[in-house]
Amino acid sequence: MRDEVISVSPDNLVGAVAKLKVEGYRFVTLSCMQGDVNTVVILYHFDKDLVLKHLRVRVPADGPLPSITAVYFAAFLVENEIQDLFGLRFSGLAVDYERTLYLDGGEVKVTPFCKYTVAKIQGDEAKSLPASADRHSTGGS
Amino acid sequence: MLKTVIPFGPQHPVLPEPLHLQLTVEDEVITEAIPALGFVHRGLEMLAHIRDFHQVTQVVERVCGICSMIHAMCYCQGIEAIMGIEVPPRATFLRTIWSELHRMHSHLLWLGLFADSFGFESLFMQLWKIREKVLDLNEATTGNRIIVSVNLIGGVRRDLAPEQISWILAELAEVEQDINRLGSTLLTDYTVKKRTVGKGVITKDKAFELGLAGPTLRASGVCQDMRMLGYAAFDELDFEPVVETEGDCHARSKVRFREVRQSIDLIRQALSRIAQSEIRTKVKGRPQGETVCRVEQPRGELFYYIKADGTKNLERLRIRTPTFANIPALLSILPGMWLSDVPVAVLSIDPCISCTER
Repeated sequence: MRDEVISVSPDNLVGAVAKLKVEGYRFVTLSCMQGDVNTVVILYHFDKDLVLKHLRVRVPADGPLPSITAVYFAAFLVENEIQDLFGLRFSGLAVDYERTLYLDGGEVKVTPFCKYTVAKIQGDEAKSLPASADRHSTGGS
Repeated sequence: MLKTVIPFGPQHPVLPEPLHLQLTVEDEVITEAIPALGFVHRGLEMLAHIRDFHQVTQVVERVCGICSMIHAMCYCQGIEAIMGIEVPPRATFLRTIWSELHRMHSHLLWLGLFADSFGFESLFMQLWKIREKVLDLNEATTGNRIIVSVNLIGGVRRDLAPEQISWILAELAEVEQDINRLGSTLLTDYTVKKRTVGKGVITKDKAFELGLAGPTLRASGVCQDMRMLGYAAFDELDFEPVVETEGDCHARSKVRFREVRQSIDLIRQALSRIAQSEIRTKVKGRPQGETVCRVEQPRGELFYYIKADGTKNLERLRIRTPTFANIPALLSILPGMWLSDVPVAVLSIDPCISCTER
């Protein structure tokens, strides 16, 4: 991309976004995509005088990622959309639809954009894995 | 006073598309509004991953009928940027002309619906009568009235003949005359002003903070229009964004009304300066890389993020439409309003649910 892209960690995300707000940036949107196995990548897009700046955050697919709605309230819709489509959870969302922005509660079964699904690992193998490693890439949900 | 929760939509006489608002009222005054979406979600971003990147042009045209041409233009410009394709100058002018025709018919559609939202049905019919002439222009120059399908990666499918150019200019003169005739009613009529002036005010700071887009943003005094980026042939035209400062429903209608006249001017400029060249470049290879492309839809900033990995399918196509950005405005303006003003306020952001629920 021709625009400036800054990589930030999930812990520093809200601070970096707040700094951009102080500098006069307008919130545009978020773009979420599948990263490596068990990770998603989110691009936060901001605009100032028609020039874009992007923050890139890589986060485990089971999250949670801190919400930026305390800084930019307008982000609540797109964060809820990502919860619906990618299954990633946001903590501290100003308006949390609990993954029912597009679907009713009982309809939520899969996250359509993610190419991973939950697999149960039994026995000793399960004990040797960290808590977040129970998701296996299957090439389609 | 007891709180009452009233469902507004998804089926409502004033809504052309399904949007649900859960309104909490005390007496007749709104205290809270929570939007609900998902009635017409089609998963087009997902479909774009399955189709060949050339076919995606047809997919994105179906995100929204009213601004289909501008969706396709934005997507094609993004792919052309990734692949380093130089579009022939005549094609950029043709894209500009058709995108402004789309803006005209979208704004005329909205102005009619807005008049209908406060019960001015004869104004609604007059505005839609004018819109028919713009749709006739679309049909004569592209073969279709709404989904014109003129864009392809590397240029456009159709050209304009010299006799079509003179006919378009004659038709635009008629449209301009008709628009000016209705202008005084739309902008100065006592009843219209009574229903729109001072309603749903969004201040300049609030509009910026909420990340609003398009006429909704410009009606609050923020001078931001993606056409200032100079995409297509806009860098060769004299263009100044239309800005109003009051930030109310009346200001939003004034911006759109003035933008119809501005579009007529832009089309005239484009037709007078149109370059003589081919209309498409042959495309070879497959896209690899990522880019962001932004254009100005009738409702505001349209944002495409495209990521491609050198295969025939895109890795990610993310579409952020202007209505998606403008929905937070409803949460800001509805609390404190009378229930009877809700239809006018909701319509004032020009909600396109088809765009919102790609």
